[in-house]
Amino acid sequence: MQGRRRRKLGIQALLAAALLAAFWWLLDVTAANMAERGIRSGFDFLRDPAGFAIGESLLPFDSADSTLWALAAGLANTLRVALPAILISTLLGTLIGLGRLSTNLLLRGLCTAYVETLRNVPLLLQLLAWYFVVTDLLPLASEALQLAPRVFLSKSGLSLPWFGGDGGLFDLPLRGEMGIVGGAALTPEFLALLLGLSLYTAAYVAETVRAGIQSVPRGQSDAALALGLTRVQLFRLVLLPQALRSIIPPLTNQHLSLTKNASLAVAIGYPDLVSVANTTLNQTGRAAECIALIMAVYLILSLLTAWLSAWLERRTGRWAERS
Amino acid sequence: MNRIAASRAWLRRNLFADAFSGATTLLLLAGAIYWLPGLIDWMLLQAVFRPDAAACQAVNHAGACWGVVAEKYRFILFGRYPHAEQWRPLLATALLLAVIVASGLRLLSRRSLVTAWTLVLPSFFILMGGGSFGLTPVGSDQWGGFPLTLLLAAMGMLLAFPLAIGVALGRQSDLPLLRGLCAVYVELVRGVPLISVLFLASFLFPIILPQGVSIDVLLRVQAGIVLFAAAYLSETIRGGLQAVPAGQHDAAAALGLGRWQAMRWIILPQALRAVVPSMMNSAVSVFKDTSLVTVVSLYELTGSLSLALAGDAEWRSFYLEGYLFIGLIYWIGCYAMSRFSRGFESRVGAGGTAI
Repeated sequence: MQGRRRRKLGIQALLAAALLAAFWWLLDVTAANMAERGIRSGFDFLRDPAGFAIGESLLPFDSADSTLWALAAGLANTLRVALPAILISTLLGTLIGLGRLSTNLLLRGLCTAYVETLRNVPLLLQLLAWYFVVTDLLPLASEALQLAPRVFLSKSGLSLPWFGGDGGLFDLPLRGEMGIVGGAALTPEFLALLLGLSLYTAAYVAETVRAGIQSVPRGQSDAALALGLTRVQLFRLVLLPQALRSIIPPLTNQHLSLTKNASLAVAIGYPDLVSVANTTLNQTGRAAECIALIMAVYLILSLLTAWLSAWLERRTGRWAERS
Repeated sequence: MNRIAASRAWLRRNLFADAFSGATTLLLLAGAIYWLPGLIDWMLLQAVFRPDAAACQAVNHAGACWGVVAEKYRFILFGRYPHAEQWRPLLATALLLAVIVASGLRLLSRRSLVTAWTLVLPSFFILMGGGSFGLTPVGSDQWGGFPLTLLLAAMGMLLAFPLAIGVALGRQSDLPLLRGLCAVYVELVRGVPLISVLFLASFLFPIILPQGVSIDVLLRVQAGIVLFAAAYLSETIRGGLQAVPAGQHDAAAALGLGRWQAMRWIILPQALRAVVPSMMNSAVSVFKDTSLVTVVSLYELTGSLSLALAGDAEWRSFYLEGYLFIGLIYWIGCYAMSRFSRGFESRVGAGGTAI
């Protein structure tokens, strides 16, 4: 026993030494390379003026603002697209998942076709296709499609009524000769990303929801129906509370992948965190720092989501026991 | 009479089970009547199939312009690979696909499968790269299109697999340091988007290599994909290892097998078999994820489509048809893999070899 423990310690000491040596060697080589190429290192560039513009931003941003603020604006843009996409994909995915369990053959077939199509084509391709559809195939702003009263869709994006404006509580968009004025405007980049992320993730959410509901033993439905519960009651009081327990952990995972997938914004020019960091990288040459920042932010988001998920699990566990 | 009654019962059960189901059926049929003719019109009746840009422009998106595929398919499928030499990537892809399909469907015995892989992999690189057997050399910066997609995905899975097994075993090790290291690697990679790993491979790998050593961008990106895939795969395999009952360890020990022997002959085979469907899911993800290498300027299928159309004013407005074409290629690959995994599940389930 004593010998075994000593051997374990020895192996670990060797491992640690090898790691340290490798790390030191790597640092040495990197430092030499950077000196050779005249690359400076450090995070001081974060305080310098960014020197580039950001296409759209939730936070007020100007190219004279600091790089750090540009990255913050990028992160805000990531969340601005990820949060609504999470909401839409969860709602749509839940409906589609339930549709796949329907007794109606047509509905079941349609929902299955949706899932099998969207899941089996790369998200990047879908995003590029949506972006092309929005920016190339839609009409010009002066001939915008009217989807609903005061909601216009065109090459320049989606305009819809929003709070505020000069004339009162609501600011209403109007279609004129020169395009659309007023209201809140969503850019084509934002629209394509929101649409692409939501529809793609909805297919995965649908599978999660379906698997969750199917994980509830069939006897539960039979017993509930035998007790005289209606189908709605059966779903709300028996299936859902039990299914949620197995749905929530993979569902939060889907939400997390959606947030990570929002980084594909860089391919269609929506200024999310990764795209802003990429621009910074190209301008300052601080590759290691920029990549480290992206990774750190995403790791923090992942940890936060993991905590949130654990908290939700505890809560739904209690809720299921109560009801 | 009986037939009619049976089909009425079928209709009632599947389409008109209750008021809600009936309403859904009618609504969906109405939708189909409203949308389908337009779709068929666009896809087939008004579509232009000839590689004739003028005819496509004349139709003005009222019908699909499949002519863009007819005109550009070689560029889309093979990227910038020299035109006269494109039989080489075609043959290389066919060989690699054949050996992948043969492995999946178990068309060959285990021994001939090993032989096939050891023959096909080097031939793939010889055919693509040239430089021997009288083939003109073609630098990897000119590789592109579907062969590149297939290469990145296949090598990604193939190389990630042993690494993932190592990491999964490392996470079960009784050495806290090794366990911690493997855990940090897995959680780190799974916490960040693939794009950041590709940036790392493309921008940072050159800086951390000793001077004089340079590896080309394809190899660096391939390494990035392997590292990324291995983290996810190792979690899957770890799940499989945990699913093997403790009794199996005890039984192996009672038979006098050492730890490594038990792992090799008893535990791992059962663990891996249990997670084949999840590993196929990883393979599907890797196959789809290869499209991201466009962002670091490697022109696989998605990238070569942009390359083929972006610079050509005549065809530039028919991207959608191009996207649908390559979308179909991706779809066939992914769907085939997921069907295989479902087939495996039911086969193992029926055979009773499942754990």
